[in-house]
Amino acid sequence: MDIKSVKSQFPIFKNKINGKSLVYLDNANSSQKPERVIDRISKFYSKEFSNIGRSVHTLAVTATNRFEETRDLVKKYINAKSREEIIFTKNATEGMNLVASTYGEKFINKGDEILITELEHHANYVPWHFLRQKKGAVIKFAKCNDRGEVEIDEIKKLITNKTKIIGITHLSNVTGAILPVKKIVDLAQTKKIPVLVDGCQGAPHLKLDMQELGCDFYAMSCHKMYGPTGVGILYAKKQWVDQLPPYQGGGGMIEEVKKDNITFPGSPTKYEAGTLQTAEVVGFSESIRFIQDVGIKNIMQHEKEITEYGVQELKKNNSIKIIGDPKNRGSIISFTIKGIHPHDIATILDEDGVAIRAGHHCCQILHEKMGVTATARASLGVYNSKEDIDALSNAIKKCNTIFNK
Amino acid sequence: MDLKELYQEIILDHGKNPRNKKRCKGFNKQAEGHNPLCGDKVHIFLKLNKEKKVEDISFEGEGCAISIASASIMTETIKGKEFNVAKKILENFLNMLKDGSKLKINSLSEDQNTTMKSLSGVKQFPMRVKCATLAWHTFMHAAEEKKQKANTEKAD
Repeated sequence: MDIKSVKSQFPIFKNKINGKSLVYLDNANSSQKPERVIDRISKFYSKEFSNIGRSVHTLAVTATNRFEETRDLVKKYINAKSREEIIFTKNATEGMNLVASTYGEKFINKGDEILITELEHHANYVPWHFLRQKKGAVIKFAKCNDRGEVEIDEIKKLITNKTKIIGITHLSNVTGAILPVKKIVDLAQTKKIPVLVDGCQGAPHLKLDMQELGCDFYAMSCHKMYGPTGVGILYAKKQWVDQLPPYQGGGGMIEEVKKDNITFPGSPTKYEAGTLQTAEVVGFSESIRFIQDVGIKNIMQHEKEITEYGVQELKKNNSIKIIGDPKNRGSIISFTIKGIHPHDIATILDEDGVAIRAGHHCCQILHEKMGVTATARASLGVYNSKEDIDALSNAIKKCNTIFNK
Repeated sequence: MDLKELYQEIILDHGKNPRNKKRCKGFNKQAEGHNPLCGDKVHIFLKLNKEKKVEDISFEGEGCAISIASASIMTETIKGKEFNVAKKILENFLNMLKDGSKLKINSLSEDQNTTMKSLSGVKQFPMRVKCATLAWHTFMHAAEEKKQKANTEKAD
């Protein structure tokens, strides 16, 4: 992979941050956008824009086609069986809320169990908490081990005949652990329990094949995939979209409206109420093409190499403690530095143009378990290089100097 | 932006060796403060006597160097002050961080003035202002016996 040519496609790197070149290590939070995505949105608004799926004029047809072409592209990219399984949402959070709300309404009752893990982002916990409050459901947490992984046995031992759904992250946004999703799904299928995968960190960095993975729901965040903000994708298996109720009500998601009754069409229409983020969805088609052009296998190989280098370099600094040590690590390295709070680390790094995130990363359950309130997190993307890791290591040394003088 | 202005010796010292970081004896008011976005937490213990004087004040909590230093400096500055004076100091402090206005409080010693001013560098780091103001807002919550936790996302 020619990293220089990849990086040159991202205009943001032409800017200086505090007079320094940008070292962007906040990709788990959101990724930067290649020029072709930005241009596609601009072109769509300049030449093709209209609202979709409603009017019959030429522009409406063009815009609708571009929008639906993106759905087909996504379907192919993640190897879903049918286009009805691809639902556009405003973000992955909405995707997970959609599942909790519609599946919960129909299938979860008092005393039923929802099985999630201690690694989950709040987006795969809070929606289930609402269900706990509303219906009296029980939430169980599969334990994560010292390496920051959730082993399949931890899930296995919590499954009971009351377990109605399993919610797991594909790749932890804190410890970087890649979970054995396929094995968990296989196990769940023997008990006929559906599995929702939070794919926010998995989708940008791993090869996706829904038919092979076999999960029932997979939520993605397009802005973490070099795409625009405001777009999420929920993959939902046909058997579920056929039987689950609609999520939000409004225009576009109805079949027939009478004073005494309303009927709804099939998926994805019934889940896409109101005017959607049309230009952003169309723009996202170029994110997928970008990933395809670079090649997801090349991306995986590259990120693995840089992440391993990062772990190795950070380990050289005795004041640094890396959070978790998963055997199968995605491109995320969270750490703490003795005597320096993560927010102070982030501010000091920023002066050198090194952008990381500090805080609980929307995983308070996990941080409480690890006995820390916050961590610093470096998360890599396709454009990061060993030089970026060196910049990170050097900026960290500056933290040591400021605080230990 | 200047890191040296943010992490001045005084701040690093208060961050590493915070003053009054304990539960003070005989406190009659208390409040908790929380910065939900970054997780900084502070718990203020206040002993306000009948004459409305801050007889004692202390804090417990965890957070970054700025938030701990600010809490430490706040307790040192307002301990022994009349509540009305303390309130004025707080207003002055918030204005210093908001628009860079100078401190105008006669009752502060030169040392106290210098210490308070050491926090003015935070103004250049907008994302960190909340770290510096958390303890101060929480002090007001304690004094006014507000029921809700002080929350930097709701604070004025």
